[in-house]
Amino acid sequence: MFTEKDVKYIASLSRIHLNEEQTAQFSKDLEKILSYVKKLEQLDVSDVKPTSHVLPLKNVYRNDEIKPSLTQEQALKFSVEQHNGSFKVPKVIE
Amino acid sequence: MTETTQQQYETVIGLEVHLQLSTKTKIFCGCAIVFGKAPNTQTCPVCLGLPGTLPVLNKQVLDYSIKVAIALNFSVNSFIKFDRKNYYYPDLPKGYQISQFDHPIASDGHIMIPIGENNFKRINITRAHMEEDAGKLIHDNASNASLVDYNRTGTPLLEIVSEPELRSAQEAYDYLQTLKLTLQYCNVSDCDMEKGSLRCDANVSIRPVGETELGTKTELKNLNSFKAVKASIEYEVKRQKSVLEAGEKIIQETRLWDENKLISQSMRSKEEAHDYKYFPEPDLVPFTIEASVIDEIAKTIVEGPQEKRERLVKDYAISDYDARILIQDPELSRFFEECTKTYKDTKKICNWINGQVLTELNSRKTKIANISLKPENLTQLMDQLDSGVINNLAAKDVLGLMIDSGQSADTIIKEKGLAQVSDDGTLDKIVDELIQEHQTIVTQIKEGKESAIGFLVGQAMRKTQGKANPKKIGDIIKRRLLHA
Amino acid sequence: MNYNELTAHEILENIKAKKCSASDVYNATYEHIDKVEDKVNAYVRVAPKEDTTSSIDETASTPIPIAIKDNICIENKETTCSSQILKGFTAPYNATVIDKLKNTGAIFVGHANMDEFAFGSSTENSSCGVTHNPWNLNHVPGGSSGGSTAAVAANEAIWAIGSDTGGSIRQPASFCGVVGLKPTYGRVSRYGLLAFASSLDQIGPITKDMTDSALLLNILAGYDPMDSTSANIDVPDYTQSLVNDVKGLKIGIPKEFFIDGIDPEVKDGVNEAIELLKKQGASFQEVSLPHTEYAVATYYIVATAEASSNLARYDGVQYGQRKMASETRKTKLVDMYEETRAQGFGEETKRRVMLGTYCLSSGYYDDYYLKGLKVRTLIKNDLDKVFEECDAIITPTSPTTAFKIGEKAKDPLSMYLSDIFTISANLSGIPAVSLPCGFSKAGLPIGLQIMAKPFDEQMLFKIGYTYEQQTPWHKKRTQLT
Repeated sequence: MFTEKDVKYIASLSRIHLNEEQTAQFSKDLEKILSYVKKLEQLDVSDVKPTSHVLPLKNVYRNDEIKPSLTQEQALKFSVEQHNGSFKVPKVIE
Repeated sequence: MTETTQQQYETVIGLEVHLQLSTKTKIFCGCAIVFGKAPNTQTCPVCLGLPGTLPVLNKQVLDYSIKVAIALNFSVNSFIKFDRKNYYYPDLPKGYQISQFDHPIASDGHIMIPIGENNFKRINITRAHMEEDAGKLIHDNASNASLVDYNRTGTPLLEIVSEPELRSAQEAYDYLQTLKLTLQYCNVSDCDMEKGSLRCDANVSIRPVGETELGTKTELKNLNSFKAVKASIEYEVKRQKSVLEAGEKIIQETRLWDENKLISQSMRSKEEAHDYKYFPEPDLVPFTIEASVIDEIAKTIVEGPQEKRERLVKDYAISDYDARILIQDPELSRFFEECTKTYKDTKKICNWINGQVLTELNSRKTKIANISLKPENLTQLMDQLDSGVINNLAAKDVLGLMIDSGQSADTIIKEKGLAQVSDDGTLDKIVDELIQEHQTIVTQIKEGKESAIGFLVGQAMRKTQGKANPKKIGDIIKRRLLHA
Repeated sequence: MNYNELTAHEILENIKAKKCSASDVYNATYEHIDKVEDKVNAYVRVAPKEDTTSSIDETASTPIPIAIKDNICIENKETTCSSQILKGFTAPYNATVIDKLKNTGAIFVGHANMDEFAFGSSTENSSCGVTHNPWNLNHVPGGSSGGSTAAVAANEAIWAIGSDTGGSIRQPASFCGVVGLKPTYGRVSRYGLLAFASSLDQIGPITKDMTDSALLLNILAGYDPMDSTSANIDVPDYTQSLVNDVKGLKIGIPKEFFIDGIDPEVKDGVNEAIELLKKQGASFQEVSLPHTEYAVATYYIVATAEASSNLARYDGVQYGQRKMASETRKTKLVDMYEETRAQGFGEETKRRVMLGTYCLSSGYYDDYYLKGLKVRTLIKNDLDKVFEECDAIITPTSPTTAFKIGEKAKDPLSMYLSDIFTISANLSGIPAVSLPCGFSKAGLPIGLQIMAKPFDEQMLFKIGYTYEQQTPWHKKRTQLT
């Protein structure tokens, strides 16, 4: 069972605020999808290797050569909030 | 040490060291790595994590990492890949850090750390993996905000994780010293803790002696110097003991070291959920590392610090003590060896380097690599000293002047008129004057108090602003007063 | 015939013969957009006519008006994935495919609508409104590249490019009666494509016929040093494969694809296509892809897991929209994240990000994500095995023709199942194309899917072109006014 508590935890991990109504709706949706996904349980894959890359590519790199950077103005052009050449965010509390 | 006073607990420490690799460009993009620039001037769409951009590995990062792996006795893994470590933080522009999880570049390394004069303890190093650095956050209390600078984002890091085999703050300190020294010999990083190119976090726990299970650990961060590593661990061990002795439990947490107050404080446990959700980085393909590549890179490693120490003792007939000093800075030992090519009294030049040269460097808070003094400058100075052109006192002054001005010894001696006065006529005249001026001393000498000769020599040096040849002056005084 | 109803190869012939200019084609296209866009809503943003007109190069090799899916970056143009959260984001760089298109003189008409972040199969999940199927405005165009396929089908662009993660080019191409091709993974650079699922995404051409598809793929394909996953393999001239000849080709028909629940009209359309190709000399054999029934489940694990990580960067720190907490909540950093994403993401995006996060989270990784990657191997192995005996595989593109707007909007799972025939090509990286193979009685297009071995796009062109030579479907145009 995928409970509302699970949804709240996953929403928090995903940094998405949900209200009560959304929590109820998503727990129903996710429960339905996950029970469909459960059909994979029918398969024994203990001897199967996972495929995370579909092409057999390897050893792709570049040389240590400098390319031009953006200017400070370009980097900050679309910033939501800025201050003295830096991106500004609510205070990180430690 | 505090550990020995409390018999019932054993300290268990593991260190995580982050080494910034000094490549020209960042790990996954072509931005130059330059420190001290204005914020957000060393970035591009890739390291800013702008939507649609993709990483491409800098080959030099791989080669440097292999070099370190060889130097730290790791086995370099033939198959490696990158993974995403997912977490939300403003200094992490993509919301994940590209790191390595289950197939790191190197596994099962070790180094030998010195225990006392001639013993060593083997410390195993679990793994080393490549990853990208995050940006810098500045907390601004005035505006109740944090400011983000992404210049550092994407700087290549090699994380080196030790086994929890360190048993005291001192061992942790020694491990870090030895590790740093070995890393310096790889020539792939500044290895400067103050500048942050070498960073260290410590995992500390204690357990009753005889217990095999590990106790709950805390992670110490913000350790910006060797001193801080030692002091913070000592503090933490004490703190954990008092917690246990009070019948309470250690909480697994991250603690920040406060260098001014000399205490650590718990990072307020975050209310939001955490889970790194590692998974293979789909934007980078795997890498295979051939033995031939490792062999090629191994050739570029000339010698480690301990091998060098042994060789210096053997080849140059210097003491083990002197050799240990020389290897602390690879540039210094290289300087020494250069000097011996033209100056044959290896012990004498070693004494000068470990003595006068280091004194001058320390007073300037600098290193041999950062000054313009060349080996030929020093050997020239030694030659002038040996041939009696200048005396010891003047030689010390000349050394200081050489370091400050970058001029040769000859030029300085000439310009400053520091050459010794050895001309017999001049010296005779000076001795005449001294005999006139210091009758009481003269009498004492004549009565057999030879040690008073030194006083007269000193006076002669004063009269000549240190230029008189002290040996000759002494000889003249003896001849005139004792053998007359 | 109006210029905007022509194919690119027809236009290029006309330009060569000095019968029209590139500007004439663009003007006709733009005027038609003015007329029908209110009804179709194919575009999120149409480039201003003045700017575009002044940049047309009449001497360029392919000055063809093209629609770009709103997840492919064009320098200094807003690119938003049809999402609120990216409103205002203007990339300071071109996607590699945009540079390539620019070099050939392509005319960028505008950014086409899509399901937000390509999450959907109907283009209903867009913050910029629903796109309507030009063949019947009450129906969806398919998705997620529904804006791109609708633009071509509505003659609001000659060409379009889309992205295909689980069928997002082919399924809407099928619904809109156009040709949509997903190249082999690694054939086309992903640099500048806003990632959905990095190991599955591919950019591909959307055109009116196979000839145009070959022309456009010729431009898009090729190794890119900016994309580590792009293949450094020579690109053939795909127009060389436009031959009317399938003699001796062996084509597989997977029995698992002709399932219950498949629309009989779709089944008939595909079967007629098979009969026709048989007559042209191709031989068909039944093959088995036994893990087909697991493809959708596998896909939704792998794709959402990668997506949950790819979308983590949309957090309000650097660019796009930042929402602070409402009065009742505090103004801490974590609240900025949670509010920005709560207000910036649509429902389906939230659903998929959470599903993916769950599949990767500690305690569930092995049972979901890792298991998904393993079943992916089985699905790929099935296809590899079939391709040992067959040159190609033919299936319907989608089990149905375009469904009605709103019909599946409330049931995410039934929407996911509409990708059942297209997903396998993404999971295994192989190339696949959807081309029109008839119309239902209601007048909605039916799509035929051809799949081939990795890097054998030529086979798709060979079979598709031969089929086109015997059929009128690719010549039909919508008549919106």
